[in-house]
Parts: sequence; structure tokens; C-alpha cells
Amino acid sequence: MKQIRADFKIQLESFSLDAAFNAPAVGVTALFGPSGSGKTTLLRCIAGLERAEGSLQVNGETWQDKSIFLPTHRRPLGYVFQEASLFTHLSVRANLEYGLKRTPLTERKVPLEQVVEWLGLSQLIGRGDPAKLSGGERQRIAIGRALLTSPRILLMDEPLSALDISSRQEILPYLERLHRELNIPVLYVSHAMGEVARLADHLVLLEKGRVIASGKLAEVLARLDLPIAHFDDAGAVIEAAVAQHDEKYHLTRLDFPGGSVWVGKLAQSFGIRIRVRVLARDVSIATQRPQGSSISNILAARILEICDEGSDKVLVKMAIGEFELLSRITRRSRDLLELKAGMAVFAQLKSVALMA
Amino acid sequence: MHTFAPDDLQAVWLTLKLAATSTCLLLLIATPLAWWLAYSNKWYKGMLAAVVALPLVIPPTVLGFYLLLLMGPHGVVGELTTYLRLGRLPFTFAGLVAGSVLFSMPFAVQPIQNAFEAIGRRPLEVAATLRAGGWDRFLSVALPLARPGFLTAIILAFAHTVGEFGVVLMLGGNIGGETRVLSVVIYNHVEAMEYEAAHWLAGGMVLFSFIVLLALYLAGGKLWKGVR
Repeated sequence: MKQIRADFKIQLESFSLDAAFNAPAVGVTALFGPSGSGKTTLLRCIAGLERAEGSLQVNGETWQDKSIFLPTHRRPLGYVFQEASLFTHLSVRANLEYGLKRTPLTERKVPLEQVVEWLGLSQLIGRGDPAKLSGGERQRIAIGRALLTSPRILLMDEPLSALDISSRQEILPYLERLHRELNIPVLYVSHAMGEVARLADHLVLLEKGRVIASGKLAEVLARLDLPIAHFDDAGAVIEAAVAQHDEKYHLTRLDFPGGSVWVGKLAQSFGIRIRVRVLARDVSIATQRPQGSSISNILAARILEICDEGSDKVLVKMAIGEFELLSRITRRSRDLLELKAGMAVFAQLKSVALMA
Repeated sequence: MHTFAPDDLQAVWLTLKLAATSTCLLLLIATPLAWWLAYSNKWYKGMLAAVVALPLVIPPTVLGFYLLLLMGPHGVVGELTTYLRLGRLPFTFAGLVAGSVLFSMPFAVQPIQNAFEAIGRRPLEVAATLRAGGWDRFLSVALPLARPGFLTAIILAFAHTVGEFGVVLMLGGNIGGETRVLSVVIYNHVEAMEYEAAHWLAGGMVLFSFIVLLALYLAGGKLWKGVR
């Protein structure tokens, strides 16, 4: 029963949402879509901040259906807004403790000291006026404040979008750490593919208020029938593990079922799981194993599907072991190499982006 | 040295009592009203806002006149108060309080409403996601954040009641110890050519108002910025 089942209909002034999805209540589920697609509205419906028609079950508990509407303060959730929205009349500590104090003792599972440690708040907790902190610091406090209610689900509405690049880089590691160490499912709204590829396990795609796809991140990202496959930064995600460090050339080998890739040397030790992202535009295709190539990551693959993209490009979906890879090549190359579904080929990876 | 006549002192006391009572009642009435005006989306919100603002534009004597009719023996309110065995309101202290509350309503509602609107929905939504119920949100978030608005409302409502003349004269008349407030006494002194007595009261009122405002603004500056 570790599942989130949501189905909402709501008509707002200029926009209507009619969205249903099921997602596992473990790990991070990203609600992804262009601005205006209804991601935030959907999240607000889940929180009970919008009074939508529909139903919501979290881990088998009904929060909303035809006859039930739990008000927001009775839903055991944490919500991180786009802007930190700290209470300006309260100190940093009082902000952190606001929700904690209102959580019944028997339900408190996340101690203050742990949150302070996790989010690196020890320097901040004694500060008075939260308005004097940086954007990144404020957002960390807001995340901590939400976690301290020991939520059964954490809703995050583009928590990084109001921050500058450096604050974003400052927060991301904390989010990953929460993902790894905290057993709270997260619904993460974002329109930044980079963040989603880095953090999410499961993906719900929204467009114009409708859910157009939902599934495991790697599977949804590799679906050629969805618009995200045709974004400039479309690409596949592979879960790999650290397998070997090469001290001489300062490289690390990452293995995954079906192959391995070399990346710049990592600090992580043997066996640690690393997520890598391979953009479609960084993958080229050869029908024979290339000789004398400077590209070190060449993987044996099998073509699954090819689809036209614009007038000059095609998008090729390949299987490597149990993973899927996308490659964007020209239509001419496809015809010259006579590429077809089912063919055995070699994928050359010009670059591999580490997601951790 | 001028010594105040007992009647004058009685009027000063009565005026302060009237202003304090009205201000307290106003806060009780204006707060929920301002809350509703700030957060409601109902179509008749504009209508209610206009009614609340009406005392800003209609002359006090006009307001006093209609209140007199309304509270009089043949008025709706008059019949109600008689039925409830409360007697009639005109020419009583209670009547003055009722008039003052209505007359000063916009001065209390608008600053509080503006403060609630400036807070917006976000902090209240945040509080709701942090397990705070409706009253809790109001007391722990909305009230402290709206403090500047409340302070302005108190100052304006109090000062406005102290200075009121038209409604008092129409509704309360000139009964010593019951409805004869400072502004009426000053008027009486001027009518009787007792300019010196009028001066002492009028000047005292100016000084008092200034000191009250100064104290509140100084304290307010601290309250608005300091307490976090």
C-alpha cells in the first residue's frame, strides 16, 4: 500500500486541471511539465490548499474523496514553497519549531538535532531575523521546518527556482542526502530537467492540466512519443555503480547491467551507486566498433526504435542491457548507415554527466 | 494658574472613557470584518466595503440624524432596545458609544484590512502546512504580522472619537456626566464667550493628542522593527 493515488479536477479562472496519477510512496516523484501545465496546482490540491473535486490516498489512507476533505493542517505532509516563506516575525529557531510544536509527541520521528545536522543549520539556528539570511540559507530552514513535522510525504514546489545558481548548487547536495537517508517520499515539482534527472526516481509528466505520462524516470525519459524526448537536453539516465578507480589516468569506471562507462575520477568508493545522464545530442552511432577513436565510452547496443524529428534529424532509441539510450543523429546518417530497428550497433558517448 | 472647573474635568474623563470604550469595541468588530474584506472573494464584498467606508464621506450631522431616527422610539433599533428592556439609546452614554463605533469604523477597518492584505495568503498557507488550524493561524501568524495595522487602527479610532462633535451633538446632546464630552464643552465655552477656559481645554487636547501619537509612534517603531 506504499502508494500515492491522486485524481483531481478543478476549474480555476484561466485554467483547468484534470489530472490523475499513481506513484510509489518511496523515493522522489517529480511532477514535470512546462510552466502553466498545472504542476503547482496539482501539488496544492494534494496539500488541500486548493479545494478540488477528486480523491487522494496516501499509503492507503484517504485524505480526500467524495465525502471526505481533510483540511491542510490535518494532512500529515510537509510543504516547501518556491520562496522560503519564513515567518518574518519569528526567529530562525522559532520558525523551525513552529510545526514541531504542533506535531503530537507520538508522531514526532524527526528530532531537531538531526535536521540541524542534515541541513547544516547549526550556524543559523541561533540567528534572529530570517530576513537577513541568504536565499539558500532561508530555503534550507524552510525545508527543515517542513521536515520537523515528521511528514508522511514531503511536497516541494520548485524549491530551487527562486534561487541563484550558486545557492542552487548549495542546496542540491542536501536534497540528495535527504533522498538517500530519509525515508520520506517526496513529490517534487520542477520544470528543470537537470534537477529532475538528478533527483527523481519516478516521473509524472504534465501538459495543459493533464497527466500525459507517468512511470519510472529512465523509462519515461526514453519514450520517443513524449515531448520531453525531443527537447534539446533530452537524454537517458543510467544507474551505475563505482567499479574501478584508475589512478594513473585519474578515471573511474562505472558499471551497470549491460556495460560500463569511464568518467573523471570520483571520490566515492567501490560499490557506491551513481546516476549518470547521457544527452541524446552527445551520442553518435557506428555500425562497427570504431577503431582509433578518442572517445573512450563505446557501448554495444541494439536499436529499438527510430523516429523523425523535424526535417533533418532523427531520434534513435537503443537498448544497452536493461537500460535505454537516446541518440540524435541526422536523417542522412540514418540512411547512409541504413539504421533500422533491431540492428546491432555501437553507441559512442561523447560526454557523460554525473548526477551526484 | 488656571484651574479646571469640575464640569470640565468630568467632560475630559467622559471623553477618554468614550474613546477607550469605542476603540475596544471597534477592534472587536473591525478585526473580523477586515479579515473578511481582505480574504473573501464574494461578489458583495465591494458593497460591504463601501458601506464601511460611508462615514468617511457623509457629514457627521447626517449620520447623527439618521442614527437618532433609527435609535429613537419609532426606529428599528429603538424598538429592539425597548423590547430587550435596554431602554432607548439617544441621549445616553451607550448611544454615544454606538454612534462613535459606527462613525469611526472605516478608521479601524481600513488599516487592519490593508495589513491583512499586505500579509497575503502565503504565510497562512505555510502555517496550515505546519499543522496550525484556523484560530491558531490567526493568532500565531496573522495577528503578529498585522501589528502595524492594528496600531494605526487604535491611534486613528481613538483620536477620531476624541475629536468627534457632530454625531455627539445630534445623538447625545449636552447632558453633564452622561454625554457632554470635551468637544461639546469647548463649544459651550465659546458660545458663552469664555475663551480662556476654551483655550485651556482645546490646547490641552492638542497637547494630549500629540503626546499620545508621539508615544505610540515611538513605541510602534520599536514594535514594528524590533520584535522578531
